[in-house]
Amino acid sequence: MSRSENPIVRLRGVSKVYGATRALSDVDFACFGGEIHAVLGENGAGKSTLMKLVSGVIQPTTGDIEVNNTVTRLKGPADAMARGLVCMFQELSLVPDLSVRENLMLGAVGTGLGRLDTGVVRRAQDILAQIDGSAIGMKTRVADLSLAERQQVEIAKALTRDPKLLILDEATSALNASVVEKVFSLIRAQRDRGVGVLFISHRFHEIESLADRISIFRNGTHVDTFENGAYDYGAIISKMVGQRIDDLFPAKPEPDSAAQEVLRLDGFGWADSLKDVSIALRKGQITGLGGLDGQGQGNVLQGLFGLLKGTEGHCFVDGLPVSITHPKQAKNPKLGIALVPEDRKTEGLILDQSIARNLELAALGTDGIDAADAAIYQPFLDALELKCDNLDQPVSQLSGGNQQKVALTKWLALGPRCMLLADPTRGIDVKTKTQIYALLRRLADSGVAILLVSTDYEELIHLCDETHIFYQGRVVRHLTGDDVTAEAIIAASLNIPSSAQISGAVDA
Amino acid sequence: MRDLLKANQREATAFLVLAALLTLYLTTHPTGANTYVLTIWANQALILALAAIAQFFAVIVRGIDLSVGAVMALTNCVASYLVIGSGLDMALGILAVLVVGVACGLLNGALVVFGRIQPIVATLATASLFVGLALLLRPTPGGRIDYDLADAFTLDIFGIPTALIIAAAVIGLFWVPLRRTGLGLGLYAIGSSEQAAFQSGMPVPVIRLASFAMGGLFAGLAGLYFSFVTTTGDAGIGPNYTLNSIAAVVLGGVALRGGVGTLTGALAGAFILKTIGSLMFFSGLPPLAQPFIEGLILAGAIAIGGAGVLRVKNRLEVFGK
Repeated sequence: MSRSENPIVRLRGVSKVYGATRALSDVDFACFGGEIHAVLGENGAGKSTLMKLVSGVIQPTTGDIEVNNTVTRLKGPADAMARGLVCMFQELSLVPDLSVRENLMLGAVGTGLGRLDTGVVRRAQDILAQIDGSAIGMKTRVADLSLAERQQVEIAKALTRDPKLLILDEATSALNASVVEKVFSLIRAQRDRGVGVLFISHRFHEIESLADRISIFRNGTHVDTFENGAYDYGAIISKMVGQRIDDLFPAKPEPDSAAQEVLRLDGFGWADSLKDVSIALRKGQITGLGGLDGQGQGNVLQGLFGLLKGTEGHCFVDGLPVSITHPKQAKNPKLGIALVPEDRKTEGLILDQSIARNLELAALGTDGIDAADAAIYQPFLDALELKCDNLDQPVSQLSGGNQQKVALTKWLALGPRCMLLADPTRGIDVKTKTQIYALLRRLADSGVAILLVSTDYEELIHLCDETHIFYQGRVVRHLTGDDVTAEAIIAASLNIPSSAQISGAVDA
Repeated sequence: MRDLLKANQREATAFLVLAALLTLYLTTHPTGANTYVLTIWANQALILALAAIAQFFAVIVRGIDLSVGAVMALTNCVASYLVIGSGLDMALGILAVLVVGVACGLLNGALVVFGRIQPIVATLATASLFVGLALLLRPTPGGRIDYDLADAFTLDIFGIPTALIIAAAVIGLFWVPLRRTGLGLGLYAIGSSEQAAFQSGMPVPVIRLASFAMGGLFAGLAGLYFSFVTTTGDAGIGPNYTLNSIAAVVLGGVALRGGVGTLTGALAGAFILKTIGSLMFFSGLPPLAQPFIEGLILAGAIAIGGAGVLRVKNRLEVFGK
């Protein structure tokens, strides 16, 4: 069936601003009935924000959303659903403590707060039977299902809501190939009935086999929309990459592969999230960990800092085997490990307390360091040019960038030998970024080994001396020197095997 | 059947414990098992059970209600003025008592939903408010409930304590039908994952408000039933029932983090707590040691409920991430 004449949903000049961050800026975008429309983009490109806008979870800061050619304010998911805009969120719309059956009935069309409709359950079972999900017990608690089973239930739940536009956000990330193929048949059948499908996936071959049209997003803007097949992988990836900003980053010294090894992980694993990870950190080097969000990079840092129980494999500091089981042990000068966590607002700082108090937190209880001595923090505050009225100001009054400076300084004051940083520049302005990059390079030059998890491939290319790319808990590629290119990083992040082919395509 | 038992493990355990305790109580009671002993026991337990159900409706949506006892005190005092006189007078009086209960619940709900105040703080404030009103109504205990009406609800029917019949009716005529509606399901959805409930298109504020209103209704019913048992009004009955209602829901397998547990479980928990109290009364334990033993039992029950923390593999998750 061909594409409908009028779009089901059209965005006109839509922007979404969270505090200081622009998640989407001035986006025009339309999706039609009877087509499968794939949306591609890097982490933070604005795909999820787009999905949330269309499904009514959030409202645009400026601009209009039109549903069936009428400007509409979607008040919430219930409102969007009533208009036929149904979103299948990764696995987030299932209530863990309720059974599968109850989850299917929750918020079903026409139920509201009244009598529950059990007909929905039978229809969902029919759908589940078509996607290898007939073994899923209707009375099983969702919390007891595997991730794949939850996604199957989500798909069935979304399809029972008679969508006019079906939004699939990483809907099949945990499903195996044969189930994915069956899900795709279902999706194609929906399209042939005239339903519009908006499809987000990081798996290129899925998009290639499924999509009719592809839209690319980058840094919150809509870059391009084209028919599937118009461009090859390489051209699509370079559209996702965009331009570079070279002078953001300090000059990189010549890599010294003979530098002394400070810390080494050998066959490191944890639960289902990390498998057989081996990484070496050298004195004076910045090592990057890249990949899509949540592929296990963050867990490496947590494991090294003694936050995880039941880790496998070996860890060596200065060549001696150690087992790190508690942050207090990790920060002890004997090991000298510091972790600047990903979420500075909840994990890195106590927002209601003063800058001075926050600075002391890491130093307190560390052997041989006087936490109350303001002199140990001042050099770093100066280097980072912390902007504040005085140190008694609560941290919550600072901007995001200045908060991060406090979170960094509190650990730098301990003089660590090994710094672990989880995406330290996420949501931070460009000037602060440059300051942080310069400081990290100076630290490395002074002999600190730095491990940096980043979702920004520019950092991996221009700041890091070497980079490990994660995919589903494993290191899929180790990039050094000139091999570290945006194309190679994205290809490895998506676990597309042949990098030579792609870089060839970009050159051509 | 196995699925059903597994899904209701906490409730099943609670009922087994209750059966064991009750048997022990009836066999050790000085006068032996008879309808009179059973009726007194059931009356006392039902008051706490209704309070526990009120608490259940706050806890299930991931809240807590510190005003349960205060609403009981207020409705008890209102009842001591109004539930007397002609049949119509009494019917209207009972209605008024329940309206007061629901209004209290709605006030709590409105503060939480619209005022965005944490339930523990909101209900701490309203608790003082309600007790203050109760004290204005009854500075000293007094008033009277119609004796015939009180008897009708607190004696027995064909040897079965009326209190037990009421408890069964609450489950069969209120809870089971409620569980089959979107509202009943929504309570759990909000408590377990508010985000998932919202994204599934549930009207989260309406459900939370309704939950607090039902909590108020049952606190009012608890106050009313207390009036039937004591046939008088007393503004000072609150504090004890608030804390015991929380203990009862915990004993009955309702998770304080919300989303898990049933009204039936809360009811069973209240009966267990009351039975333990009665057992100790006749056990010869020094009366002053009884709060200690009760606390010990409660701490044990909570510790078992919290054992899941030991299985957490990422330390950060212990901090409620």
